[in-house]
Amino acid sequence: MSVIVKAITRIIISMVLVFGIYIVAHGHVSPGGGFAGGVIIALSFVLLMLAFGKGVATSKVTRNIAANLEGVGALMFLMIALLGFLGGAFFMNILAKGTPFKLFSAGTIPLYNYVLGLKVGVGLFAIYLAFVILENTRKNK
Amino acid sequence: MELHILLIFMIFAAIIAIEIKDLFSSVIAVGAVGFALSLAFLILKSPDLAITQLVVELLCLIILIRATIRKDLPLVIEGRWVFNTVSTLVFVAVFLFFCFTALKDLPAFGDPIMNVVKKYLEQGQAKTGAVNIVTAIILDFRAYDALGEAAVLFTAVIGIMAVLRSFAKEGGSEEDGAK
Repeated sequence: MSVIVKAITRIIISMVLVFGIYIVAHGHVSPGGGFAGGVIIALSFVLLMLAFGKGVATSKVTRNIAANLEGVGALMFLMIALLGFLGGAFFMNILAKGTPFKLFSAGTIPLYNYVLGLKVGVGLFAIYLAFVILENTRKNK
Repeated sequence: MELHILLIFMIFAAIIAIEIKDLFSSVIAVGAVGFALSLAFLILKSPDLAITQLVVELLCLIILIRATIRKDLPLVIEGRWVFNTVSTLVFVAVFLFFCFTALKDLPAFGDPIMNVVKKYLEQGQAKTGAVNIVTAIILDFRAYDALGEAAVLFTAVIGIMAVLRSFAKEGGSEEDGAK
C-alpha cells in the first residue's frame, strides 16, 4: 500500500482497537456488546493486514492461534453458563449485581460480552486469513 | 411431559431417517425431526427460536427435496378422482378448522399481549443489574439465543476453514501460509 495509507493506519490502528475493546467492555451500560465490538477488533487487524501486508498481522496472530482462541472463547461462554448451576439453573446470573451505570456491574453479563468479543473478533479474523491464504495459493498456482 | 413425547418422537424419526432406503422418505423424516424441534422450543418458552427453527426447517426441507429429486413430483390424476377430491376436501376442512381455532385466540389488531415484554421492561434492570436493556435481554433472559448465535458463528468458521483448507491442499504450494 502507499505511504499515505501506511501513515494513517499507524495513527488510527490503536484507536480502532481501543474503541472495539470499549464497545465490548461497556456492552451492559451503553449500546454495543460482544458481537459488535468483536467485529471492530477484527477490523483493526484486517486494517493492519491491508496496509502492511500479510506478514505483520500474522506475526502477531497466526492462523493456529486464531483458530484455537475461537474454540477457547466458545468453551468459556459455555463454562460461564454452566457456572450458573451453582445458583440453581443454566445461565443463572450468580455474581453480585453491583451499582447500575458502573463498569463493573450486572454480574455475569460483562463476562459473556468479553468472551463473545474474543470469539467473534478472532473468528472473523480467522475467516479473513483463510481467504487471504486461499488467494495466495491461487496466485502461486 | 409433552417435551418427553416430542423428544422420543424426534429420536424415532431420526432413526427412521437414517435407516430408510428411499431418499425422499428420509428427507421427510428429517423434516419431521425439525418440526418437532420447533415445537420443543415453543414448549421451552423461546418463541423466537421456534419461529427461526420453523422457517429454516421449511427452507432446508424444500432445498433438500429439490436436491434429492431430479424430476418433479409425480401427480396422480387419472383414475382415482373421487378419492383425490374427497381427501383434498377433508384436508382443506381440517386446515380451516385449525385456522379458525387459532385465529379466535389472537389478540385484537393494535392491542398486542405484553405479558413477557412488560416484565422485561419493568424488572429487567433490577433483576440483571444491566442498564442496557437490550444486553440484559440477549445475555440474561434469552441467553440461549446468544448461545445459539455463537454456535452458528463457530460452525460457520469451522465450515469455511474446512472448505478452504481442502482448496489450499489442492494448490499444494503453501501448506500453512500463516507462518
